[in-house]
Amino acid sequence: MSLPNINEPLTKQSLESKTLVMEELGKEESYLRLVTRRFFKHKLAVAGLIVFTLIILMDIFAQVIAPHHPNAVSDTFEAAPSADHLLGTDQVGRDVFSRLVYASRVSITVGLGAVAIYVAIGTVLGALAGYFGKWVDNIIMRVTDVFMSFPYLMVILVLVSVIGPNLFNITLVLGILGWPQVARLVRGSVLSIKEMDYVKAGVALGYSTPKIIFQHILPNAFAPILVNATFGVASAIIMEASLSFLGMGVRPPAASWGNMLTQAQSLTVLSSQPWLWIPPGLMILLSVLSINFIGDGLRDALESNQSR
Amino acid sequence: MSPKIKEKQKPLLEVVNLKKYYPIKKGIISKTVGHVKAVDGISFSVYPGETMGLVGESGCGKSTTGRSIVRLDDPTDGDVIFQNKNLANLSKNEMRKLRTDLQIIFQDPYSSLNPRKRIGDLLAEPLRAHKLAEGEEIERKVNNILEIVGLTKYHKSRYPHEFSGGQRQRIGIARALILNPKLIICDEPVSALDVSIQAQVLNLLKDLQKEFNLTYVFIAHGLGAVKYISDRITVMYLGKIVEIAPTEEIFNQPRHPYTKILLSAYPVPNPHMRNREQIVVEGDVPSPANPPKGCAFHTRCPFAQPICREKTPPLDGENHQVACHFPLT
Repeated sequence: MSLPNINEPLTKQSLESKTLVMEELGKEESYLRLVTRRFFKHKLAVAGLIVFTLIILMDIFAQVIAPHHPNAVSDTFEAAPSADHLLGTDQVGRDVFSRLVYASRVSITVGLGAVAIYVAIGTVLGALAGYFGKWVDNIIMRVTDVFMSFPYLMVILVLVSVIGPNLFNITLVLGILGWPQVARLVRGSVLSIKEMDYVKAGVALGYSTPKIIFQHILPNAFAPILVNATFGVASAIIMEASLSFLGMGVRPPAASWGNMLTQAQSLTVLSSQPWLWIPPGLMILLSVLSINFIGDGLRDALESNQSR
Repeated sequence: MSPKIKEKQKPLLEVVNLKKYYPIKKGIISKTVGHVKAVDGISFSVYPGETMGLVGESGCGKSTTGRSIVRLDDPTDGDVIFQNKNLANLSKNEMRKLRTDLQIIFQDPYSSLNPRKRIGDLLAEPLRAHKLAEGEEIERKVNNILEIVGLTKYHKSRYPHEFSGGQRQRIGIARALILNPKLIICDEPVSALDVSIQAQVLNLLKDLQKEFNLTYVFIAHGLGAVKYISDRITVMYLGKIVEIAPTEEIFNQPRHPYTKILLSAYPVPNPHMRNREQIVVEGDVPSPANPPKGCAFHTRCPFAQPICREKTPPLDGENHQVACHFPLT
């Protein structure tokens, strides 16, 4: 294909637009920068981001931060906070602060891992249902309905106790059971985006179906997925804490914020040894709250993508 | 036929008895209780190098016709013969290969460009998808096409929202053009633009047609744009063709009452013409789910006779085809 050169009137037009380009060159702003700018205007979201970053750092550098090994037993049981044990020790003499630091790894792994799994499943299934419609949609959405009508906590408890309660299994189970919401969300977005002319243009230009779904539709459904995933991390952290609290989560001696809270079940601990349960409770609260604030900020920043 | 068309030339596109029905479903078992006959058996030919204008009021099926030709909608029945191939029964893969020759320009320049892609990628993508060029060649072609539609290579790194409506429509045209198609369906390409920009885009389309020997099917409801760009005009009413004729004849000597009424509703920017003959029709367009028997226009036609209620008039004539029992002279 050889395209002949431009003709008279067009040359003039292109000259005009050339000067226009020069004038506007300084005003360019990419989508990413626009979103970042809007996100940083949201004060709570920035606070959330800082707290969450600190938790992630604590998680990565646990070995440096924790003064003791999380399972190391000292000779003092149920000791109140002191210089050696910043948050005291638990019933078997382990350093609460060190356990708290290591436990953040469990929460972050479960939170991010489970969400990564279910967002992947939910996105693919939702996109297929939304794009192909008809019987594909029918089958996927009915399966989704079935998954959504399970008593969630019960199924998780049963599954985890069958395949064995450990970090990997909990992440897997939460991941496999969490996708229906994402699938519905993605399906809805895809349904509306596939009617857009740029998708029709993709068909008319002869693009392959996977290319249309993954390069043209899903990037435009990205915002609600990201927001939903953020909130998903928070609820997965709570879920893991609940499971560990019920004894179906991470097994002792490994530390998790949930199983550290289990100790608060006794009345003496609740009333006279607050260092055993306030710190893990506070950590759960802080992490979940910070993630939810980040989610709020993201939603506001991503909401409208054209106004400036 | 228009002077552009040589005698006995083979048509580039032939639409034969094209139908597109949308089922109306009701009840809990989604039983089909009827059909919306968006396009109800239309036939026309488009010759190489000409512009066929397709006009009619909203809902008459002109856009559906365009979409059915490029198989964005699968036609219910009928044939679309393009370069000796019947598009209506091609497989998805065969159709995909043929799409390089058959492109479409959309009405709304705001929704026809993917907001997440840079202009450079939007234009390079079709070439990559059809493996028509590689590496530097792609770059060169994209720069070239941008120049042709009156933009510059500096625009490549920008996103669609950084452009005005007219510029976006140029990008849409460039995207359709980069595959070097033979036929372009223009689905109301200027309706969403303001008047001064409309003229620019129409001129661009005209220049491109000369340059690349393009054939257009130009769908519009604005008679001005159609008159300016078309060689021949097809008038549709309620999913059917009522008249096909060269542009001059349609405007000077309309033969179907509907065409005449459509033209008289078109404002003329000349105060001395204010007292010209005006025909105002009563009532609304009948529902395409339940079109009237006989001639579809008889419910509103000022010249309707008993036979119009009974028999559907066929599209008759050589150069000037009209579907009416009592064509005007």
